[in-house]
Amino acid sequence: MYSIPFEHGLILAASLFALGLIGVLTRRNVVFVLMSLEIMLNACGLAFVVVSARWQHADGQIMFLMILTLAAAEVAVGLGLIIQMFRRFKTVDLNVLSQMKG
Amino acid sequence: MIVLFYLAAAIALISTIAVLFQRNIVHGLIYLILSLLSVAVVFYTFGAPFAAMLEAIVYAGAIMVLFLFVIMMLNLGLRSREQENSWLSNGIWIAPVIMSGILLIQLLNVIRGQSQDAVIVEVGVREVGLMLFGPYVLAVEIASILLLAGLIGAYHLAKK
Repeated sequence: MYSIPFEHGLILAASLFALGLIGVLTRRNVVFVLMSLEIMLNACGLAFVVVSARWQHADGQIMFLMILTLAAAEVAVGLGLIIQMFRRFKTVDLNVLSQMKG
Repeated sequence: MIVLFYLAAAIALISTIAVLFQRNIVHGLIYLILSLLSVAVVFYTFGAPFAAMLEAIVYAGAIMVLFLFVIMMLNLGLRSREQENSWLSNGIWIAPVIMSGILLIQLLNVIRGQSQDAVIVEVGVREVGLMLFGPYVLAVEIASILLLAGLIGAYHLAKK
């Protein structure tokens, strides 16, 4: 039996979320942007698990499972979009998508 | 266990920062896998071994392999390194870091003051499974439909 200050787990989750946000905002490579989105989703799941450990419930872990499912579906669709984008524009630069053409 | 938690948290933060600064996309992906695995260790120290296993199998295993397949399919080659260098000039970091820093300070302000210790009791597969197929069975069904929709969407989008 041991105890961890659960505030520190939440601080870790918040820091990972902010780092993922920095990645989304700075990167121009679309694959890195999707990876940063994964970091942010993972940080949300971490917060759920930490809070469920605080009250010794299983509910937070079930929410983590739902986030896991969401991340899997989102990555599948996102990578399909990346493949389609690379086929059309021959680049992974996000800025080429700013034109409304074709 | 407490030392394990702080070590894993430090590795998670450092490897996530390394993802942000990485020019080579495959190296960034491997740092991300390291970060996810250390988050799995954090789950384990918080008494959630089932979530830790799923994090290692689904996130670090399946999803990251999907990324790797797509990176291999794209076949970006050597020119991507110069591209990345030109995209990530020094000044580009400033505004996002400031904005995310403000958001982080706000989040920490909300979190602060809830400094009870969490007494860790292991909530294992049995409890999670009982909840998952008891009160949350509708969520399981909806999640399966979501996965089916993701499958069909990915197939449709990646088709020539």
